[in-house]
Amino acid sequence: MSIPLTHLLVFTTLLFLVGLYGVLTRRNAVGILISIEIMLNAVNINFVAFGSTLKTSPDLGQVFVIFIIVLAAATAAVGLAIVLAIYRNQKTIYMDEIDLLKW
Amino acid sequence: MSFFGSLATVSFYAVLVGVLAVAILTVTTRNLFHAAIFLAFTLLGVALIYFFLHAEFLAGVQILLYVGAIMTLVIFAIMLTAKIGDPSMPQSNHQRLPAFVGLAILSFILIPAILKMPWKTEDAFQTTNAVQIGKALMGEFVFPFEVISLVLLVALIGAIVVSRSDQ
Amino acid sequence: MVTHPILIPLFPLASFIVITFFGKWFKEKSAWIAILASAASCFISLKAIAQVIHGTTFYQSFVWLTINQIPLEFGISIDPLAAMMLFVVTFVGTLIVIYSTGYMHDDLRYPRFFAYLSLFLFSMLGLVLSSTLVQMYLFWELVGLCSYFLIGFWFEKKSAAEAGRKAFITNRIGDIGFFLGIATFFYATRTVRFADIQPELIHAHAGSLVLSISALLLFCGAVGKSAQFPLHVWLPDAMEGPTPVSALIHAATMVAAGIYLVARLFPLFHALPHVSEVVAVIGTITAFGAAFFALTQLDIKKVLAYSTISQLGYMMAALGVGGMTAGAFHLMTHAFFKALLFLGAGSVIHGTGVQDMREMGGLRKSMPITFWTFAVATVAIAGIPPLSGFWSKDEILTSAFESDHLIIFWILIMTAAMTSFYMFRLFFLTFFGKTRSHSHPHESPLVMTIPLSILAIGSAVIGLPGSPWMHHWFQNFLSTHPEELHMNSFVMTISIATSVFGLAAAFMFYIINPAIPERFAKKNWFLYAASQNKLWIDEIYQATFIRWFKQIANIAFKFDAEVVDRTVNEVGLKTVLVSRIKNWVDQYIVDGLVNLTGWLTRKISAVLRLFQTGYIHNYLFVLLLGILIIVYSILNT
Repeated sequence: MSIPLTHLLVFTTLLFLVGLYGVLTRRNAVGILISIEIMLNAVNINFVAFGSTLKTSPDLGQVFVIFIIVLAAATAAVGLAIVLAIYRNQKTIYMDEIDLLKW
Repeated sequence: MSFFGSLATVSFYAVLVGVLAVAILTVTTRNLFHAAIFLAFTLLGVALIYFFLHAEFLAGVQILLYVGAIMTLVIFAIMLTAKIGDPSMPQSNHQRLPAFVGLAILSFILIPAILKMPWKTEDAFQTTNAVQIGKALMGEFVFPFEVISLVLLVALIGAIVVSRSDQ
Repeated sequence: MVTHPILIPLFPLASFIVITFFGKWFKEKSAWIAILASAASCFISLKAIAQVIHGTTFYQSFVWLTINQIPLEFGISIDPLAAMMLFVVTFVGTLIVIYSTGYMHDDLRYPRFFAYLSLFLFSMLGLVLSSTLVQMYLFWELVGLCSYFLIGFWFEKKSAAEAGRKAFITNRIGDIGFFLGIATFFYATRTVRFADIQPELIHAHAGSLVLSISALLLFCGAVGKSAQFPLHVWLPDAMEGPTPVSALIHAATMVAAGIYLVARLFPLFHALPHVSEVVAVIGTITAFGAAFFALTQLDIKKVLAYSTISQLGYMMAALGVGGMTAGAFHLMTHAFFKALLFLGAGSVIHGTGVQDMREMGGLRKSMPITFWTFAVATVAIAGIPPLSGFWSKDEILTSAFESDHLIIFWILIMTAAMTSFYMFRLFFLTFFGKTRSHSHPHESPLVMTIPLSILAIGSAVIGLPGSPWMHHWFQNFLSTHPEELHMNSFVMTISIATSVFGLAAAFMFYIINPAIPERFAKKNWFLYAASQNKLWIDEIYQATFIRWFKQIANIAFKFDAEVVDRTVNEVGLKTVLVSRIKNWVDQYIVDGLVNLTGWLTRKISAVLRLFQTGYIHNYLFVLLLGILIIVYSILNT
């Protein structure tokens, strides 16, 4: 069973764009983080696909995926910690109510 | 193609579509809890795709880490921060349409590019296994491995520091 | 040995400068500086003349500038003619300067008078010593300027100031001709040096119309300066100046400059018979006319003025008929006796306080020295031998007789008769008869009578070097090939006869029967009026030329006031208008621009500020847009 690379790539692209849509659209901070996770997962699939089908070694692909997963975890941890801090400070986690960066 | 082969192909494409659908649900649902649940399903779907791509080890790691740890984290965060019992609040902001348009444009750029690109693919599907990955991690990629551990450590410490209350 | 003839004019110049700047300190002693200077000049001149008599001539020059490869020189040239002029100017000049210390004794501007006299001596000597026409023209103008200063010396008197102006302007009219003459002469012959004006040069251009025109124009200058008809009108009015001035300038030296010029250019005139004719005719008209006016004048100085004009006419006529040495000879003798006549008249005026002869009379008893010296001068001018005037006048008459123009000869004879008559009339009216003056006349001081005496001796004997008793030494001295020098007994007899006739007539009119003049005058009332009013020439000039020029000047003045002033005003108004516009521009446009910049900045910033929403999802969206652009551009290269 061989799946054409392009199909996989199209799928991961779409998944990525979905995640991106979520990042741009979500009001909730945690919602944004969730969308980021989706994006990262799409990228992971990409790596594996490349590792399996192109001349690069599959080891490289999959090791990289492991790294990305680890980093995603770190990101989630830190991000959620920040969200907690903001929640404590502003009493809200809706991004469109936080405009401290405004002039 | 054999029966299992074709079954495998069809189910693979079904999984693809399914994952996409659940992902869309994740990003569009109003209720944050539902979003978290849907994310879990998305991650499980991705693990399934890994299985299909003969990356079993990675599937295991995915389930362990993502579905197990990160989902837990997310749900904790939701519990701690959400205003419980108010799903009527709109979950998305005013950028829905512009984002959709922009992303559509982007997709229309990227997908034809991908399709047109002459990928130099190998004939055989390359696979690897846990042993080889382990060897690679400790061998070729030991340096990034160590750095990653460090980053993880720093991130955890940072998270603790940031989320600590001021007493 | 005179090595530096340039000292001759420099001494008076130094005197002028010193008196001008330090006159306030010297005051009365300024005259001594002038006397010293002119005496020094005289001394050096005599030495130079002695050398010229022995045959050497001086010529020193330097090139001032070059025009089209033709050099223009400035220099000193002393040939026999110049030597004679030097003698006359310095000798008579020194005597007159000494005389002036007495005459101008109480004047307020005493030092200034001597400064002017020194400046005049410098100018005249420069004129005499000039080696080129251009240089002579320069000093010619200077001499005219000094004449203006000295005539109008008592400028508080309106008539004196006007007389000075008249002299200067009339001279100027002649000078225009002189300058044009120099230019045309240069155009014709490409030289202006006197040394070049030899018969050979003239014959080379013989028949050239330009040369004739240039000679006529040069003659115009002489007409102006030597008071020939029709530019004679300034000399009688010039009598407004102090009498020493009249003696020096208007008898002996300045008016002789015109004669000197024609004598210098004699080769030129002699070769152009038509021009010579013009010269002779004008000279004759002048001689006769001026003598006619002198018959009836009542002011002692006016008689002498017309006498001067008449004698100058004689000299000019002589030059015109070819008697260059005769004319020059008469110039020298005339300088002596005319200066003596003027100084004597000055002595009379000083003694009596009046100038009108009707208020004089019987002065021979109260002013003996003046009387005797005046007698010598009168006899000399009347042409009675053996005094100087006879010899020179006889030469002139001989030249006229032997030329082709006998009519000139007869007119000059008639003029001689009139000359004798009016001079003796003056003499008798002033010194004889009853004393008609109201003040007590007294003899003049020594400083005035000693020069009178010296001049009297000169008037008596200065003619002898030109007489046959000394073998016409003077004429030979002046010219290498003088004209035929023999005494024509016919001419001699006629001239003596006319002189005696004049004396006798005057004697009868004024001594024997003083009623005759009045009867004569009533019978010939028109002639009398014409004579006394100088043929109304001054009035004619006033009514025509002067009136026309005044009108032109008026028009020019009006034009100046209207157009020029209008223009200036307009410029002022336009400037105000421009400044108003500029103010508006400054206020609205410049300030507007500045304000616009600020307003624009605020507006743009108001727009740009909207980007800073503070919402992260907005920033992320922008990120997406950026990604879009990058991807698009990468994929399109």
